[in-house]
Amino acid sequence: MNGPIVRVFAVTLVLFALLIGFTSRWAVFERDTLQDNPQNKRALIEQQRIDRGRILAADEQTLARSVRRADGAYTRRYPLRGLFAHPVGYSYLNPGNAGLERFYNGVLTGRFDGLQDALRRLQGKRKQGDDLRTALDPVAQQVALDQLAGRPGAVVALDPRTGRIKVMASVPGYDPNVLRSAQATTRLNTAPGSPLFNRVTQFGYPPGSTFKVVTAIAAIDSGKYTPDSTVDGSNGVKISGVPLNNDGGADYGKVDLTTALTNSINTVWAQVGEDVGGRTMQRYMDRLGFEKQVAVDLPSSERRPSGEFCKGRFVRATNPCVDVGRMAIGQDKLQVTPLQMAMVASSVANDGVLMHPFLATRAVDPEGRTTLQNDPKEISRVMSTETAGKVTEMMTRVVNEGTGTAAALSGIDVAGKTGTAERDVARNITQPWFIAFAPAAAPRIAIAVTIERTVGGFGGTDAAPIAKAVMESILKR
Amino acid sequence: MNSARNRELLGLIPASLLVTAGFAAVFVQERAVTSDASLTYGAVFLGLCLAAHLVLRVRLPDADPYLFPIVAVLASVGLVMIYRLDDTLAREQAQWFVVGLAFFAATLVVLRDYRVLERYRYLIAAGSLLLLLLPRIPGVGAQVNGAYLGIDIGPVEFQPAEFAKIGIIIFLASYLRDTRQLLVQRKFGPLTIPRLKHLGPLLLVWGLAMVTLVFIRDLGSSLMFFGGFLAMLYVATNRLIFPAVGLALFGAGAWFFANTVSHVQDRVEAWQHPFDPELYDRIGGSYQLAQSLFAQADGGLWGQGIGESLVKVGVPPDEAIFLPAAQTDLIYAVIVNELGLVGACALLLVYVLAVERGFRIAVLARDSFSKLLAVGLTTVLALQVFVIVGGVTKVIPLTGVTLPFVSYGGSSIVANFVIVALLLLISDRARREARTS
Repeated sequence: MNGPIVRVFAVTLVLFALLIGFTSRWAVFERDTLQDNPQNKRALIEQQRIDRGRILAADEQTLARSVRRADGAYTRRYPLRGLFAHPVGYSYLNPGNAGLERFYNGVLTGRFDGLQDALRRLQGKRKQGDDLRTALDPVAQQVALDQLAGRPGAVVALDPRTGRIKVMASVPGYDPNVLRSAQATTRLNTAPGSPLFNRVTQFGYPPGSTFKVVTAIAAIDSGKYTPDSTVDGSNGVKISGVPLNNDGGADYGKVDLTTALTNSINTVWAQVGEDVGGRTMQRYMDRLGFEKQVAVDLPSSERRPSGEFCKGRFVRATNPCVDVGRMAIGQDKLQVTPLQMAMVASSVANDGVLMHPFLATRAVDPEGRTTLQNDPKEISRVMSTETAGKVTEMMTRVVNEGTGTAAALSGIDVAGKTGTAERDVARNITQPWFIAFAPAAAPRIAIAVTIERTVGGFGGTDAAPIAKAVMESILKR
Repeated sequence: MNSARNRELLGLIPASLLVTAGFAAVFVQERAVTSDASLTYGAVFLGLCLAAHLVLRVRLPDADPYLFPIVAVLASVGLVMIYRLDDTLAREQAQWFVVGLAFFAATLVVLRDYRVLERYRYLIAAGSLLLLLLPRIPGVGAQVNGAYLGIDIGPVEFQPAEFAKIGIIIFLASYLRDTRQLLVQRKFGPLTIPRLKHLGPLLLVWGLAMVTLVFIRDLGSSLMFFGGFLAMLYVATNRLIFPAVGLALFGAGAWFFANTVSHVQDRVEAWQHPFDPELYDRIGGSYQLAQSLFAQADGGLWGQGIGESLVKVGVPPDEAIFLPAAQTDLIYAVIVNELGLVGACALLLVYVLAVERGFRIAVLARDSFSKLLAVGLTTVLALQVFVIVGGVTKVIPLTGVTLPFVSYGGSSIVANFVIVALLLLISDRARREARTS
């Protein structure tokens, strides 16, 4: 009988091996999947027991901090209320985490490795997260919000040399402090105008004539055109077989590209776009980051790509569905985020090199050590330094004598481009745009502004003054 | 001096140190103080074990020296984990531990010769069946989480299945001792085909397992009984055909009921799709299993440390239970969470050691009844670990059985101590006979 007994023991060993196998599966191999499961609230609950690090503005103002409740758990406070609601986000048990709070959850909660954690606990230290420092500028942000004055829209401004974002304003906004209550969360989720959405990175809009800057970059950098090349700017030139009108039906005759950008002549840029072609246009759009989730340190669910949107998806400029001529002037099926347009301006401003936009600069642990550093990072060289210089000159003309004069700053040269996307021709609803950078000779700020809908407003009249005020607040302080 | 008992005595020291260290860890975690109370608890634990050890020394001088210290280690892990979850429950569990030791000692003293059990095998079988069905009797039984497992006697909730399993194993050991020759008599070529009348009991036990499954709604116990039976049948006959046919029958029955009986069906669905939102939110759905897996994921390789895992949320009275039945069904998930894969594997290895001692006792035993009894008891113990740990880790559908000696539960700890006492009785006789012959 002993033989079978040994074999029964062998079978039980197999069963125990199975148990160890499955325990390893959950505790080690599929650990991340389980921890990322949306039904898994453990991490969120766990976090309420951690003294989460602060989030700080460039001027050391506290944007988010944790306070200890009577029961020992921590809860989040946002002292500046709605000022930076969209970039900073929130961290509460019920709605969860969003914005920087989510993207940098690891450093904010001080996720240590096991040994380090054990040592800290032996020292009797409570779990404390790292502080997150940002480049956000509360004064300029306030100016942006004041200027938008409650009109749905977005302003984003960054330093073209480093990619550091100073202003990220989205209207309508919300006060993240109210998200502590579940009812407020539900209300905000269904509120008109989607206040929880970050229009800078999550909304795609028709960019209007601001997109002509992309066309100008492609035309000049590809060597097919110079700023002095002349093109027929008559009204009603056929683009893809359909006549295209200039703004106000103006007839310009033969004009050079600088003039065509200064006066935002549709027919010229549509022809240039057709001549340059979808393939070349796409090459420059690729370098600018189109068709990818817009690059910034926010959760991917709070970002979206920009580009030609056809039949429910983003397509290349070479797709038959794309009317390259109309795309070149920002019409057709373009959906572009305000941050993407700021990146277009930024690449011209930074001598043709596009820098990765960052909200956070670094993280600092409770002992004062830097645990994370977002050094300026190049995304791509979009165009040659010469091209950047030429496009800068053209854009400076736009502000000095063209459609963008409302953005002019005294004593500082501004380079910019207006845009006015038609949202509802019959009811004269437009979406004004303005992208710019300044000072033109040595840029320190690049900006994109848009207002979702105005009745008959123009980029030059409605968006440019906002850009001017924000740039002024940053450059003249 | 008796060397086996001295080894046992030495083995109890690490178990007591484990209690001391464990309680100290919980104190540090919860109150940020190291209290000498942990030393007291360790000393009391050691004292209790020493008392049991003395009984062993007098009554069973030749019994296996390792089994009792192994069980003491398991019990100490259980006490520490339960104390970490809830100190009231830990006090109760400590009382049950004492009661369990009392039953352990009583079994050793009363059953001078365990082979008298054979004489009462039908009485024991009938009593066990009655115990098994008791929870289903209206007025006595209590339904817990969809299974009829407990009965209320005054203030004590009592889970008769824990004791029924011992009785059934005793009966089967005795029955198979008698019929094992008959079962293998008829041969057709390489196949062994027993007469139908000898097959009857096999079918009867299978039927019993199915009844347990459907009426008591307890897949776990069903699996344990039947698995134990198959192991004994195989050892008794040394014919693979028996457990093979048995497994096939069990599989067929389980499959049939999983597709026809709704509450079994629900369990299987919850097991297969624990993260399905509808099953997750349903009462008695997959929430418990999903939380168990989440808790294990947080444990990782090394665990979060004792007292660190998330079991309840908020402070009384707004307290919400986050991990349901953490002290019973899900105690293994808490262990993985706090001690990590490494700690959980260590615990499983302790069980393997216990099981290895059990089978060694079976190998050493001289007569068939002792062998079969030891195999049956050991297999049931091993399968109980498999059923609950397998349930918690999604190897099989989760059913509420206890993790032997570790989970909170009076009936469980008492019944398991009786099993260990029986194994030691068998061991003592076997080793004494080996020594004297």
